[in-house]
Amino acid sequence: MKDAKVIELEEVAIRFSGDSGDGMQLTGTLFSDTSALFGNDISTFPDYPSEIRAPQGTVGGVSGFQVQFGKKKITTPGDLAHVLIAMNPAALKANAAFMNPGGTIIFDVDSFSEKNFAKAQFQTLDPFAELKLDDYFKIPVPITSLTKESLKDLELDNKSVLRCKNMFALGLICWMFERPLDYIERFIQNKFGKKSPLIAEANLKVLHDGYNYGMNMQHATPRFIVHPAPIEKGIYRNINGNLATAWGLLAAAEKSGLNLFIGSYPITPATDVLQALAERKDLGVKSFQAEDEIAGICTTIGAAFAGHLAVTSTSGPGFALKAEALGLSVMAELPIVVVNVQRGGPSTGLPTKTEQSDLLQTLYGRNGESPLVVVAASTPSDCFYYAFLAAKIALERMVPVVLLTDGFLGNGSEPWRVPSMSELPSITPRKATNPELFKPYNRDPETLAREWAVPGMEGFEHRIGGLEKNAAGGVSHDPENHHINTQIRAEKVAKVVDMIPELEVVGEAEGDLLVVGWGGTYGHMISSVRAMQNAGKKVSLAHFNYIKPLPKNTAEVFSKFKKIVVCELNLGQFASYLRDSVPGFHYYQVNKMKGLPFSVHELVENFEKILEA
Amino acid sequence: MTKFNYTAKDFKSAAEVRWCPGCGDYAIMNAVQKTMADMDIAHKDFAVISGIGCSSRFPYYMSTYGFHTIHGRAAAIASGVKSANPDLTVWVITGDGDSLAIGGNHFIHLVRRNINLNLVLFNNKIYGLTKGQYSPTSDRGKITKTSPFGTIEDSFIPGQLVLGSRGTFFARAIDSNVKHTQEVLAESAKHEGTSVVEVLQNCVIFNDGIHDYVADPKFRAERQLFLMKGEPMIFGEQEDKGLILENGHLKVVKIGENGITREDILVHHPEEDNLGLQVALINMALPEFPVAMGVIRSVKAPIYDQEMKKQIETVQAKRRVTCMDELLQSGNTWTVDGENCSEPVKFFDNKCFV
Ligand SMILES: Cc1ncc(C[n+]2csc(CCOP(=O)(O)OP(=O)(O)O)c2C)c(N)n1
Ligand code: SF4
Repeated sequence: MKDAKVIELEEVAIRFSGDSGDGMQLTGTLFSDTSALFGNDISTFPDYPSEIRAPQGTVGGVSGFQVQFGKKKITTPGDLAHVLIAMNPAALKANAAFMNPGGTIIFDVDSFSEKNFAKAQFQTLDPFAELKLDDYFKIPVPITSLTKESLKDLELDNKSVLRCKNMFALGLICWMFERPLDYIERFIQNKFGKKSPLIAEANLKVLHDGYNYGMNMQHATPRFIVHPAPIEKGIYRNINGNLATAWGLLAAAEKSGLNLFIGSYPITPATDVLQALAERKDLGVKSFQAEDEIAGICTTIGAAFAGHLAVTSTSGPGFALKAEALGLSVMAELPIVVVNVQRGGPSTGLPTKTEQSDLLQTLYGRNGESPLVVVAASTPSDCFYYAFLAAKIALERMVPVVLLTDGFLGNGSEPWRVPSMSELPSITPRKATNPELFKPYNRDPETLAREWAVPGMEGFEHRIGGLEKNAAGGVSHDPENHHINTQIRAEKVAKVVDMIPELEVVGEAEGDLLVVGWGGTYGHMISSVRAMQNAGKKVSLAHFNYIKPLPKNTAEVFSKFKKIVVCELNLGQFASYLRDSVPGFHYYQVNKMKGLPFSVHELVENFEKILEA
Repeated sequence: MTKFNYTAKDFKSAAEVRWCPGCGDYAIMNAVQKTMADMDIAHKDFAVISGIGCSSRFPYYMSTYGFHTIHGRAAAIASGVKSANPDLTVWVITGDGDSLAIGGNHFIHLVRRNINLNLVLFNNKIYGLTKGQYSPTSDRGKITKTSPFGTIEDSFIPGQLVLGSRGTFFARAIDSNVKHTQEVLAESAKHEGTSVVEVLQNCVIFNDGIHDYVADPKFRAERQLFLMKGEPMIFGEQEDKGLILENGHLKVVKIGENGITREDILVHHPEEDNLGLQVALINMALPEFPVAMGVIRSVKAPIYDQEMKKQIETVQAKRRVTCMDELLQSGNTWTVDGENCSEPVKFFDNKCFV
């Protein structure tokens, strides 16, 4: 019997949502991986609560995971979900605003009880009406009781049984979107097979029962078909930004022939970078979990002094702590890479939410004239390349480099064509070679980079430190010398412009509106610009990965457009930097401070207003 | 036979030494330079790391590799140097303010990790460089520029802090006794793990004479107890006083009085893990007790930088991934090679990177 309700879609966004104990992140990840393997392009957005143990069933404890997949290039996880899986009323409440009008809601009817309505602070017994979701397509599924039923013959305690609920939902969704189960089966086997075969069996059984439930109930559940996306040949994997960052640094270590050292302190959402590198003892990584962020960067500076590719990772508050030591690395001209996975601030702010508000701190947040190179990644997978480049710049120019990513990039994932190491550019650290000519602050006349001599090298013994020095490395309080050195340090950073590509414009090189962004907003920016272009508007995008120095042709690119709008997840930090560094233009602004990425809709709306203005 | 035939002079750099005339730092530097010469290790393999303070100017005066860093962070920076390259001989030069105030956190964690380096703590019980404010080792009641009516806080006893942080080596010396300082530094250099040597240092300008009561050569024998491994804890002009344990407490006794003989005197065992007794020795203060000098504790324990190296070797012996290309292609990957697929564009071509 051919199902009548088959819906063909170009792209679709699904949001898995439940209590933080319901395993929604895993469910979402497994579904995304399966879709990527199936040949769809995907983009994901985990959205989890900052309180690890918010009371069960409350809106504060809701954990969500959104994935968008499709037959074209997917650049965002989607503004609004077409399908929502709500494991309880709180999940429905937390996500109602992120639903496509008329979307499909699959919910666990067993948990839609009076008690849970109260926990989620519904006023009535009809949450759908209360949230104005009346005309949505609702599929009530007794997920809890069917899971219990499914496992009644296995000798499992009640808690373990309930933990399998997410697999029922996953099985059902896989049926709805025609995804094969084999990848998920393998995952379950690998994860539980050896240690607890009973748990593995239970998960597998529930997964299949969920799938079969969909098949048996097909009169009630629509089925969606999303065709594979046309893509480049190659070996692919799913990768999130934090892992890509860690691997980019590893790749740079291998290319440069140096050992990798990471000194760091855990902080959300950057912790995964440290964890991913700690795991790579097989590649010789030295990971040092320091007592705090200050020690994290200080051990890193020490390791750089000792000749390693030295890295530290953190998020906003930790980055603030590192400021003084960053100044030391500027002064000592040692090559270090600092990764800042930005999150909502100030202070502890919104620890699990994304933001781009550390830009000015990164550029200026140190005592004295303290210039350094700032690079920003723009998609989860390109974190790999920008981390690699950050290391290349640091090692070849003897300068600290800050790589800015953010929570959205760090946790978000996408399929990535894995490069081979031979595709990556070479890295040549500026190791000193001639002890006769060596002076600690002798510089390459072209790049102004000093040479790197490290303890253990015969004949290069020297002293460096935070005090101002003369070229020979002696402490100097000479006013002229300080003035000149201040300029040299700034100039050295400016000269990195020769290493970076020119600013590209997506779309026509001239037009009515140039949309400008930087870092992790890329996906949403390009989607909205494409939407405008498709509607016949003369709109182009210039997205920045290099922030200090800015690409050479920045002013030239800007000059070709009637209007320029700078979009960022802060109150206009890049816009003020541009006003200062690329003067002579009027910069419109679109800013958002909600701990959330932009949505394509809101960007398009804003651009239209600016065009009309 | 030594390889290099270094003398202390070989460790002096060309930089002009800028300490105040008469500062205790000079004597300590001489002792360190002599110790380094005797270690018979090439200049190139020394890294001298300091924080900020008068004493922390030290690396500039050395002909080795040196790094004068930021206030309080020498311990952390040196931890990175030594973890990155365990073959280096790393010395940390720091003051009481540098290590125990702003750098307190890094100090205790360095000691706890037992990173194999030598830390020389110049204790002048004052902030020298900032011109005379009280430090965490200044005694309660101390009058300084920031405590014009006397401090109202208790001070750290550095040795206590070291032992409380599970330190494996602690010794004490005094700047005016260069020969003894040198002996103690030589012992610390031999120790594998974090060795902390507290050197009582005179700041002629802001805290002149603070250690005089202990240091006075006329009374040295009465006021200082020189601890020697395996020797009874005896002191005094006539070598007639010693320490015994009574009801779990240290007590000064006179040999020959009340039937006390040399055999009754406690024997010093720095190599034994005897925290209670070692802390008691560290705490001894005038006038009831002499001040304990020399190596108070020197025990064996796993060394962080060596463990780090070993762990990497162990993992590498069993590894499946040996290079980046293998890592990139490990785990959950899939191959795309359909008819309607395009040829891959390299990222750096795409981004016109030069
Ligand atoms: C972050 C920071 N805070 C404060 C100072 C100022 N400062 C420099 S040295 C010092 C105290 C030094 O005392 P100590 O470590 O005992 O060294 P000494 O000068 O006595 O040898 C202070 C407070 C600084 N350089 N950096
Ligand atoms: S101020 Fe004190 S510690 Fe500093 S150099 Fe002078 S005497 Fe030495």
